[in-house]
Amino acid sequence: MIRVFVPRDAAALSVGADEVAAVIASEAKKRNLDIQIVRNGSRGMLYLEPLVEVEMPKARVAYGPVAASDVAGLFDAGFLEGKPHALAHGATEEISYFKTQERLTFARCGITDPLSIEDYRAHGGFAGLAKALQMKPIDIVTEVTTSGLRGRGGAGFPTGIKWKTVHDLPAGEKYVACNADEGDSGTFADRMLMEGDPFCLIEGMTIAAVAGGAQKGYIYVRSEYPHAVKVLREAIEIAKKANWLGDNIQGTKYSFELFVRMGAGAYICGEETSMLESIEGKRGIVRYKPPIPAIEGLFGKPTIINNVMSFAAVPIIIDKGGEFYRDYGVGRSRGTLAFQLAGNIKQGGLVEKAFGVTTRQLIEDWGGGTATGRPVRAVQVGGPLGAYIPESKFDVPMDYEEFAKVDAMVGHGGLVVFDDTVDMAKQARFAMEFCAIESCGKCTPCRIGSTRGVEVIDRIIADVDREKNLALLEDLCVTMTDGSLCAMGGLTPFPVMSALRGFPEDFHKPSPDRFLADAAE
Amino acid sequence: MAKKAGNKPNGSMTDPTPALTPVEVAAMSVCARHGNKPDELLEIFHELQHQLGYVPDATLPVIAKALNRSRAEIYGVLTFYHEYKRHPVGKHVIKICRAEACQSMGTDTLCRHAEQSLKTKLGDTTADGMVTIEQVFCLGNCALSPAVMVGETLYGKVDPKRFDEIIGSLEKEAAE
Repeated sequence: MIRVFVPRDAAALSVGADEVAAVIASEAKKRNLDIQIVRNGSRGMLYLEPLVEVEMPKARVAYGPVAASDVAGLFDAGFLEGKPHALAHGATEEISYFKTQERLTFARCGITDPLSIEDYRAHGGFAGLAKALQMKPIDIVTEVTTSGLRGRGGAGFPTGIKWKTVHDLPAGEKYVACNADEGDSGTFADRMLMEGDPFCLIEGMTIAAVAGGAQKGYIYVRSEYPHAVKVLREAIEIAKKANWLGDNIQGTKYSFELFVRMGAGAYICGEETSMLESIEGKRGIVRYKPPIPAIEGLFGKPTIINNVMSFAAVPIIIDKGGEFYRDYGVGRSRGTLAFQLAGNIKQGGLVEKAFGVTTRQLIEDWGGGTATGRPVRAVQVGGPLGAYIPESKFDVPMDYEEFAKVDAMVGHGGLVVFDDTVDMAKQARFAMEFCAIESCGKCTPCRIGSTRGVEVIDRIIADVDREKNLALLEDLCVTMTDGSLCAMGGLTPFPVMSALRGFPEDFHKPSPDRFLADAAE
Repeated sequence: MAKKAGNKPNGSMTDPTPALTPVEVAAMSVCARHGNKPDELLEIFHELQHQLGYVPDATLPVIAKALNRSRAEIYGVLTFYHEYKRHPVGKHVIKICRAEACQSMGTDTLCRHAEQSLKTKLGDTTADGMVTIEQVFCLGNCALSPAVMVGETLYGKVDPKRFDEIIGSLEKEAAE
């Protein structure tokens, strides 16, 4: 029987993967061919989705992007024997976009059936947890510290230190919470992993529970990700049945219960303390720190909070050792990051690479330039709170510290590419508008500052006292940076000021009504 | 207690509380299914909205009582989150992503097109009650921008033409 892989990843579905799978099944039936369709995760080459793969004795052969109308032609060309076709790309793993990556966290994604625990085990799954169950909790923490893993959600705080804090507190009610509220535009790595390799996240969280002495865990997933929620809920049930979750995991003294909580469209809930409030069934209002959540977190108890990508990096760290992971990367940025090429990009997708790769390499070598074919003008790195970087900074290596030196941040590794038609004053205005819409309202600089920010930028664009208002905008940004409680208000000045400094010409255009006219439409 | 209950069999004769409306009953049973646990409030709202299409104000006192929280708290949570609707919406809710990645691929044009072709505004429902369009910030499909979600179905690379096709398929579905 020939196995044919058609991804079930939401991005693949968004361009017709379900329909393609259905047509392949009916076409095979019509031709009396015995095939098995596996709904795998995505390989991350989203520009080729739906990417159909056929399993040949030596390798899987890729065809994409396949439309339902291409299917009959593929059968005629003999794609089930891996034969050539206009959409053929040869062996998937030999495609340069894929081959040149360093896949640690995403090693299995797109290869396995996300909900087959046998498949997961056959590809090295649960090796880390099996090992962790036999280790002393403090040794797990040490291994994570050795790996140099830093919070992949964007802040880059050393994961080992968080875990150590929770570990060192007296035994009792403790929690593990996974931040899967991936609200940043230009990021989809969390979603891809949850849909494509959910057991990896479950394994990472369970290792955290063993290390920290937690009994319960929550995965907080945004409501915009219904597919991820479904896959996770199913995966948790499967893991429970196989005793990789629940009571006395694999016959050990450790028990861990895992729940999925769905957000409700509030960007601020990606901030860790807002997320905790939200899991507790409250408004997602930011908490004051201290106390830090590691000490007083969910329901007031010690809590290990990490992003999906941080937890998902843990199984391989425990399995292969902290030093194995640490050997990737540069400076104090160790390991790999799942870069996400998004926006106006010809070959958008996920590129897992060690730190040190540059923006230029990512958008040119992998991304192939813009989708529109026009020159790249700006790239926003690290989500809506990340800086817009101009071409002059494209050679700065992806490294937390190097990026900080040029007033930018690596964040979650999302890159949103804009071509030369972008109006950076409009982007700066949007950053303030977004903050005004999504602010939780607890602190004044964020709540009021963002609204005033929109107004000031409007005046700048309209050429009303431009120089005075530019000075006012800078002053406002300083207040927001220094006075906000969390990253929402604190980092909104990043995109605003980077647009102003990197692209000042857009704030000095002669036609005063260009945006107002646009807004009036 | 036992004596009092005995005096008022089922509470039906003397209890001035009017019978619960179907919406209130729905709220009560959803809360019960979640063990009347306050920390499950978001899930309770999700489920109610799934059942009723929105979360009617009439459910709030019922939920407050079931979860032993104040009405103000329940109201506060409901109104904090963009996802929850307090009023009936169209048969289909179409979310159009307006975040940066989609901006770089022309979501502004798409939004204007949607508003013009459906003769409504973002956040509003068409006159025939078929479609509500709303803005969202990021659907996690940023490599295939602009992204649109209809119910729970995600669409990528949605230009005005593809948007019209999606609307067309919804209309066709309704006609059948």
